[in-house]
Amino acid sequence: MARAAVLGRLVLTPIRWQLCDVAELIDETPQVKTIILDAPDWPGHRAGQHVDVRLTAEDGYQAQRSYSIASAPEDELLAITVEKLDDGEVSPYLAEELRVGDKLELRGPIGGYFVWDAQQGGPLLLVGGGSGVVPLVSMLRHRAAVAPSVPARLLYSARSLDDVIYRAELDGFDVVYTLTREQPAGWTGFARRVDDAMLREVADPNAEGLAYVCGPTRFVEAVADGLVGVGYAPENVRTERFGPTGG
Amino acid sequence: MEEQDLKLDGNSAAGLFRELFSFELTTARGRCDNCGAVAEVGAVLVFANAPGSVLRCPQCESVLMRIAKNGERYWLDVRGITWLEIQA
Amino acid sequence: MSFVSRGFRGKRRDEGPSDRVPPGQYLVDDFPVLSAGPTPRTPLEEWDFALTGDIGEPKRWTWEEFLALPSETLTKDIHCVTKWSKLDTVWEGVAIDTLLEDIETSAEYATAFCDGGYTTNVPLEDLTDGKAWVAYNYDGEPLDPEHGGPARLLVPHLYFWKSAKWVRGLRLADEDEPGFWESLGYHMYGDPWREQRYWGD
Repeated sequence: MARAAVLGRLVLTPIRWQLCDVAELIDETPQVKTIILDAPDWPGHRAGQHVDVRLTAEDGYQAQRSYSIASAPEDELLAITVEKLDDGEVSPYLAEELRVGDKLELRGPIGGYFVWDAQQGGPLLLVGGGSGVVPLVSMLRHRAAVAPSVPARLLYSARSLDDVIYRAELDGFDVVYTLTREQPAGWTGFARRVDDAMLREVADPNAEGLAYVCGPTRFVEAVADGLVGVGYAPENVRTERFGPTGG
Repeated sequence: MEEQDLKLDGNSAAGLFRELFSFELTTARGRCDNCGAVAEVGAVLVFANAPGSVLRCPQCESVLMRIAKNGERYWLDVRGITWLEIQA
Repeated sequence: MSFVSRGFRGKRRDEGPSDRVPPGQYLVDDFPVLSAGPTPRTPLEEWDFALTGDIGEPKRWTWEEFLALPSETLTKDIHCVTKWSKLDTVWEGVAIDTLLEDIETSAEYATAFCDGGYTTNVPLEDLTDGKAWVAYNYDGEPLDPEHGGPARLLVPHLYFWKSAKWVRGLRLADEDEPGFWESLGYHMYGDPWREQRYWGD
């Protein structure tokens, strides 16, 4: 099925819930799963957007959460990546109970602010904390598909190497890791929370281009301030805060 | 739960906005009626762990917009925004 | 209702005893934190509680003066409009009756005003005769800032949005002025037993 490449300003169609088929499940890490979906009425999406997922219990109780789209606009099927939160309500279901062949109700794509279209160019600095890397990987996949010459670097903060999502795939990109809790023997990379000094080393020395920052609120605010501090124009820094508010 | 966890941004309200508006609100620019700061709605603070969603200015934290919902009935208060500029 | 997510149960939703849990509510074990904004952090040396509006002279207590007032320990059930209820919560605080002891007023309504700008309106008769307190301890400990500390209003017989966090005083008036949520679709009175959540309920 051809996906419409939707660029620039969108004429929004009314948002509605649709049922999708779970086509595949991928264990990314012990806590993180990618769900590949066949969405028959999918209108196409932009890198960075998300979907709302809604679960309905037999007694009619409903719970709804947002998840970033991991797949590129050019991909055949829709992919979302879900981190299982220990006392969550929706994420444990998605990460542990959901099976291939099940149906999942979702609506989207949603969002127009935290998006990157290849035509915007770069260079790109993507900074992700934990599962904040998901929409950034959608951007990297989009770039790989249609604009691989746009310079792009990902600064990815994770607790340990085992917590890195899309590990093998990221080897094909310019990625700088910082492992904040545990590092493998012989690790020579960063081993602390992202700070201004790290940003100065990793970011474009002329603070050129666009920056996208995604992750927990505290992480995003510190990094966004830091990027402005090293010279990025505030209007070139886009942020998306993730929260465990209802997991 | 850490206090910071209760604070998200306009991106998290984008689905709710789509229920109410026919245009993309997160890329609209607005002026905070309290302090004059101008920002895109996607960048404002959102407190949604409440009986409704409260959008606050990222500079001065004053209330920009409030949205409550009961089924198909919505309430909207935009008094905290002087103007919104929308590219539809 | 058509689609059901196979195998989804959601969090355990215990409806509890119907004589204690109002319609549409379920019991929780934790104490959910809801907030319309950042947590205020007023230093105690700057804190005061004021009675203003339709009274002779405005009255004010500093934190020390407030703590010196006669207080009570009470056990109450609380019910949030977002559908969670919690039974047997233990509080310590000053009864509104105590605060209004020497006050002469013909006002019929009060608006609670708070750090951070939150307000909520309650008829005065729902704050008196042992129905409401300004609480500064929860479960034997000083009230956590995220739950409204140093002090919050406690009006357990109404939905918990009326139990205003970070309360700094009551403004007495002849008119019932809709507060923060009451001006955005939420019921002016808010009786959980009549499920008065929204306008028109």
